[in-house]
Amino acid sequence: MTTLQSNLLENHTPTGREEAWRFTPLKRLGGMHDGSALAVSRHSLAAENSLPKGVSLVQREITALTETDDAIVNRVREFTNVGTVLTIEANTEIAEPIFLGRTSEGTAEAEFSRVLINAGVNSKAVVIIENTGDTHLAEDLEIQVSAGAHLTFISLQEWGAKTIHAARHHAVVDRDATFKSIVVTIGGDVVRLLPTVDFIAPGASCDLSGVYFATAGQFFEHRMFVDHKVPNAKSRVNYKGALAGDKAHTVWIGDVFIRAAAEGTDTYELNRNLLLSDGARADSVPNLEIETGEIVGAGHASTTGRFDDEQLFYLMSRGINGDDARRLVVRGFFNEIVSEINNEEIQNRIMSRIDDELAKAGK
Amino acid sequence: MSTLEIRGLKVSVETEQGAVEILKGVDLTIKSGETHAIMGPNGSGKSTLAYSIAGHPKYTITDGTVTLDGADVLEMSVDERAKAGLFLAMQYPVEVPGVSVSNFLRTAATALRGEAPKLREWVGEVKAAMESLKMDASFAQRNVNEGFSGGEKKRHEIMQLELLKPKFAILDETDSGLDVDALRIVSEGVVRAKDANNHGILLITHYTRILKYIKPDFVHVFANGRIVEEGGPELADKLEANGYAEYVSA
Repeated sequence: MTTLQSNLLENHTPTGREEAWRFTPLKRLGGMHDGSALAVSRHSLAAENSLPKGVSLVQREITALTETDDAIVNRVREFTNVGTVLTIEANTEIAEPIFLGRTSEGTAEAEFSRVLINAGVNSKAVVIIENTGDTHLAEDLEIQVSAGAHLTFISLQEWGAKTIHAARHHAVVDRDATFKSIVVTIGGDVVRLLPTVDFIAPGASCDLSGVYFATAGQFFEHRMFVDHKVPNAKSRVNYKGALAGDKAHTVWIGDVFIRAAAEGTDTYELNRNLLLSDGARADSVPNLEIETGEIVGAGHASTTGRFDDEQLFYLMSRGINGDDARRLVVRGFFNEIVSEINNEEIQNRIMSRIDDELAKAGK
Repeated sequence: MSTLEIRGLKVSVETEQGAVEILKGVDLTIKSGETHAIMGPNGSGKSTLAYSIAGHPKYTITDGTVTLDGADVLEMSVDERAKAGLFLAMQYPVEVPGVSVSNFLRTAATALRGEAPKLREWVGEVKAAMESLKMDASFAQRNVNEGFSGGEKKRHEIMQLELLKPKFAILDETDSGLDVDALRIVSEGVVRAKDANNHGILLITHYTRILKYIKPDFVHVFANGRIVEEGGPELADKLEANGYAEYVSA
């Protein structure tokens, strides 16, 4: 058994000693992990525009696609078997992004939410979830990417300052399907996201990318797990983060498991962090466990650094003042991933939020 | 008419062994329209002079003055020096990932001109500068210096010289790493910019080959942190024949 499947709790509540919880400030989870949260039945996820033909969004009973050892997700499943189901019919190509959003319902209670996204065989779509406002949210979100489907899933955490959000976004990717995920976490008090992928048939691929920017006091954790259990699947992970301000804390965990059957696997994961001030902490832990040598490639890299003085000097030597030079460098740092979001309005909104975070952080 | 005046400039850098003096008292005056070549062997302090004038934080000025039309350059921040009219074409231009050449140039022009250049005119200016330096139009969309060849980096520096129109251009080994054709194209760009703007040039080089294209009015030989000989263009010919041996103490 792999050491990477480390959420296992044997039915006890996380204490912080478990590998999967050792970075998380449990006291700031609003009791979502230990049963003390006041869970409510609420389905706040809704379509922001009318849905195109071939796409439906309903509330109904859900059968989980996969088992999980995540304590919070299991509490959500105990609490309810009803959730929100987004279905993209087979052989349907949706040109415009499908926008979903969550409305803010306050922080007195915690929404225990189940979501299923079902991308039918040979379908093609972009799903964007815009998370704004203040809420406590425990989210069990599963994504079925059926054979030959191409799904881009964009999750934007633009939460207000009081939000606690703990979620597992788990994709099951079938034969010759592609799953592209872009996560943006720039708001919230505590955000703990588990973007995880199971490959269930050969020829599948996933591309998990993300950006996060934590300022004073914020805790953002992104914990990937890519399970290569079949041959000839490809995975790419690229997360970039910036931190500024006292006790800004980010955690990035990249677990990739290449099982004995997964010959022909091609995987690479990357995490880069930009520390913009003292007093901030970035944890970055790539883990690769390999049970077969018959693979195309497996690698990872993790860097954490400060502003490059040479870059700032170069820009300033062209008349650009220090604040603008830093803004250019930070925007440039995130641009590689933000530019992948094929929507100018969202790009501009995120970049200007990043500018604000940087300005808030000072120099 | 502008004057860049360097008087008694002493500069040191911090090393693990403590502060080391690199420039040991440099005197140099450059006026608009003049081209001064600074030539000297490796390690003589030529690049330190360039970066010290531009304000690189690595260098500590321990004595002397640098003034531009009487204004104290050493009191200025790096961007203020650029706004005052100084431009440094770097030997090793720095990569800025995720920032396009187009965005970078427009941000710089906006900073230096005090307002954003009118889009239509600006597009024309950039296009003309790129064409004259024989750069492909796709260049503007690439990230600043990222994956550029040596020649592309130098063209990009000189393109900035043409667009940003400084009062004084310091060219730090702009000829290094260029093949014969690229050297000609880049040099022609320098001459074109000077003809258009009549700026002064401080041209730092090891070799005389770039001087065939960019004719110096004055040649200064630099050795061991100071200017050891000065003359006209004929001094470059002498260096070409004899090298720097006589200036480097054994």
